[in-house]
Amino acid sequence: MKLVDQFARGLDAPICLTWELTYACNLACVHCLSSSGRRDPRELSTDECQAVIDELERMQVFYVNIGGGEPTVRRDFWELVDYATAHHIGVKFSTNGSRITPDRAAWLADSNYVDVQVSLDGATAEVNDRVRGAGSWEMAVTALERLHVAGVENAKLSVVVTRENVSQLDEFERLADRYGAQLRITRLRPSGRAVDVWDELHPTAEQQQVLYHWLLARGEQVLTGDSFFHLSPLGGELPGLNLCGAGRVVCLIDPVGDVYACPFAIHEAFHAGNVREPGGFVHVWRESELFTELRAPGAGGACTSCGFYDSCRGGCMAAKFFTGLPLDGPDPECVLGHGEELLAARAGEVPHSSVDHSRLTPRGRDCDESPLAGLDLVSMAAGSAKR
Amino acid sequence: MNDGFDERRAWALPPTVSLRTEPFGALAYDFESRRLSFLKHPLLVRVVEALPGAATAAEACAAAGVSEGQRPPILRALAELAERGMIVERAA
Repeated sequence: MKLVDQFARGLDAPICLTWELTYACNLACVHCLSSSGRRDPRELSTDECQAVIDELERMQVFYVNIGGGEPTVRRDFWELVDYATAHHIGVKFSTNGSRITPDRAAWLADSNYVDVQVSLDGATAEVNDRVRGAGSWEMAVTALERLHVAGVENAKLSVVVTRENVSQLDEFERLADRYGAQLRITRLRPSGRAVDVWDELHPTAEQQQVLYHWLLARGEQVLTGDSFFHLSPLGGELPGLNLCGAGRVVCLIDPVGDVYACPFAIHEAFHAGNVREPGGFVHVWRESELFTELRAPGAGGACTSCGFYDSCRGGCMAAKFFTGLPLDGPDPECVLGHGEELLAARAGEVPHSSVDHSRLTPRGRDCDESPLAGLDLVSMAAGSAKR
Repeated sequence: MNDGFDERRAWALPPTVSLRTEPFGALAYDFESRRLSFLKHPLLVRVVEALPGAATAAEACAAAGVSEGQRPPILRALAELAERGMIVERAA
């Protein structure tokens, strides 16, 4: 049996997993995959987080990708990082850079087995801040500079590729080089708040071609989180695991301990259980109904008759789900254009997650603060209150 | 000359590499380089596990029950692991 088929049937433990430690965030990126903003009062306590780490150690999970929200706003964040590495679990954490002080950068330079990923979605403030908010470019670049000065090698500059920044790939590379960082480019999925901006922000078919060849030319120099396997039919596989690992080799633990099939699938349809339940994370990973289903030999549906099915395997489950496409059909960004046809024909609303910790958003959650919040009281011109 | 893989020498996993056995073989992760490798056969895993206790890689193959016919692919795999730094030469 091929290795990807072995992986598709699931492993006894994830290869790695994503752990969002908090929904609290000081930014409000329009494409936030976890609709973060406000802290959830049910957040796992320090003791509960340590118990999860103990379990991961017993399962021999090699490393965790920690995110959020902004994980560093948790008071016990650095303590948890120490606890994880002391228990043989490597840590890669994503940050917007706001808490990377010079002292913290020096601490990170001394830490083995900890990788910092600074998120930046534009090589220029103009492009970045439109998506991540005013001042966020400066914040991220300052963090990269501090890490570099402190002697951190190989910090990651982590970019979600969009229609607006795909023309800046070379600039991102130069920016990373300037700070001795490694570039990490990942796919924009229509998850969390991105469900509402994906249509306008995801790269066009022509841009996907450029992106694919740019990545192919760089090989293992540029990290991708193995997120572009849907582009394989353009001419061969990019380095990494080319399959959807959701519930099979990866998963997500959210800040309140809920386990989802992948970080881009925070929705009840992909909820497998909670680490607080009897049996803990191990039980969810090995026994949950959802994960068992995901590991069953799959029906590829409409895609199985396609000659490229072996290379893209139907693409990303979350991307299909949150664009309202059937899970056994093509990826919305299918390079043969089958996704676009379906997108054009789709009717009705796309699914929104009930898990939403956004602070007051431009979409208008009118009752969160005051009955007047979100209403445009100055100008009542049509459309001005939206986005 | 010290480059390349020599089955007549002694090998071991470096302290930064962990093995996790799986039905298909094993995952090997190097905490230093952050590289993940797949050992795609249980026999290869048995050989790698036998390396630290064997005077040579050839001896580890014998201890793991590698047949003559299985030797070439196993040695190729060991050479690949050596190239990736997942196994290193040690003093015999």
